[in-house]
Amino acid sequence: MSEQEKSGAKIESEVLIEKVREIELAKAENAETKATDKNNTSEILNERRQLSAPLSDDEARKIMGRRSRRSFLIGGAAAIAGIFGYSWLRKPENSWIFERGFRFNETLSQTTFEKTDLAPEFSPELASVRANGDIGLTGEFDAAAWRLQIVGAANQTGELFLTLDDIKSLPRVEMTTELKCIEGWSVICNWTGARFSDFAAKYAPPANTKYVSLVTPDGGYYVGWDMPSILHPQTLLAYEMNGAPLTAIHGAPLRLATATKYGIKQIKRIGRIEYTNERPADYWAERGYDWYSGH
Amino acid sequence: MAKQLEKKHPLAIRWLHWISFPLLTLMIWSGILIYWANAIYGVKIFGYELFHFFPAWFYEIYKIDFWGFKIPDYLPAWSYEWSSIPFRLAEGLQLHFFFMWFFAVNGLIYVLYLIFSGEWRSILPVPGSLKRAALVTLHDLHVVKKLPAQGKYNDAQRIAYTGVILMGAASVITGLAIYKPLQLAWLTWLLGGYEWARWEHFWLMILFVLFFVVHVAQVALADWSNFRSMITGYEAVDAKAKIPESSLNEKQGAAV
Repeated sequence: MSEQEKSGAKIESEVLIEKVREIELAKAENAETKATDKNNTSEILNERRQLSAPLSDDEARKIMGRRSRRSFLIGGAAAIAGIFGYSWLRKPENSWIFERGFRFNETLSQTTFEKTDLAPEFSPELASVRANGDIGLTGEFDAAAWRLQIVGAANQTGELFLTLDDIKSLPRVEMTTELKCIEGWSVICNWTGARFSDFAAKYAPPANTKYVSLVTPDGGYYVGWDMPSILHPQTLLAYEMNGAPLTAIHGAPLRLATATKYGIKQIKRIGRIEYTNERPADYWAERGYDWYSGH
Repeated sequence: MAKQLEKKHPLAIRWLHWISFPLLTLMIWSGILIYWANAIYGVKIFGYELFHFFPAWFYEIYKIDFWGFKIPDYLPAWSYEWSSIPFRLAEGLQLHFFFMWFFAVNGLIYVLYLIFSGEWRSILPVPGSLKRAALVTLHDLHVVKKLPAQGKYNDAQRIAYTGVILMGAASVITGLAIYKPLQLAWLTWLLGGYEWARWEHFWLMILFVLFFVVHVAQVALADWSNFRSMITGYEAVDAKAKIPESSLNEKQGAAV
């Protein structure tokens, strides 16, 4: 081997070594990136970035300025429209919109309402007491003279007044359900009475009657009910609560008790029941509450 | 230094995000109006109530008398309304059962968009996220210097943003259980009954408020261009010499 050849081989090997070093280095770098990647959620989920071609500072600033102006103008306009829209919505003369909202929810509720959907019942030992609301109960009242007036029953001729014994002659039903107040609290109560559906079988409304109106003897409290809810098996004309006859504050002699609606619908001291196709007046609905108030 | 414009937030995400803000505010506000009709919750430890929602000062704040100067004298007329907040149940119910639809539909569209656009890749946590989220938290509290590797969002953000979606879903579910405890009796039962469902619904609201506080604080601490990107969709980033080709999505490349 000549000197020249020797030096040539040396150079070649040095070049090779350098190459190997480069490869090793690249490998190491790759390994490092790999290691970081393994630890990066964005790589694990294969998240993509969307980047423009490189721009000069000036270009970038210009484009961002243009985009910002546009977006802030649109966003600002949307925010102002939202504020105006909301204050328009909250005007007293536009409260019908919220009533329509309640009506929409009611319609939807009714399409899925089944008599076979039952609220849970509890052991009577869990029953307790909470009295709330005496509207319609404050006037003079003679329990002995009380009669339940029925209006609008099918084939009804003349006036129809029932006694408590008439109600008690219907099948006696007991249920222990959770009474839910629209204020948010709830209490488990044990009720005894006649199913409204049994009552409505005997004192039947005309076919396809939509509503029932119930009013206290003094007219001070009144509720409107939709037919499906009042015919639900867990809606009672109750005359006993927690094993004892109703007391005055709980609605003696006869009240509604239900697992289908809030307490505001469970009228105490019923004086009159009327079948009607007109949506009946409702004390709390007139004060901004949901007429349906159904569970 | 050269810049690149990064498309961070698609148009749909930006709209849905900003629409959810007033809707959530309205749901919380109307929910509180409802809650005030029966304000029973507090933080109790061994039967001792540490904090009641809401403490008496909250109601008294408008009646404070500073040596003859009363706060209400210097507040606009509408603030007087505020002092009667415990008696606005009907109004609260009207708002709650109206805006619930918008809140739920907005949330549903958001989730569907995340799924079909692939944006879920940016916000879903994976195993290991929890550990890295802890590191992010330590970094934000100035305990450690280095941030773990991240994509558009760090792992703490991933957990928070996925969490807030789950909170939204849970709010709808617990809300339905309170709203229709007869028709959805099975759901109410699953959640532990009516009173538990109401309790859960309330605490989800508290979590939303906490999320909101942290979220706004983090945005305030981050730079302006980060906030602006939620409005414009774009953020100018320093062009890196080494942008792996694979990470550039040509097809969806940012249009400039």
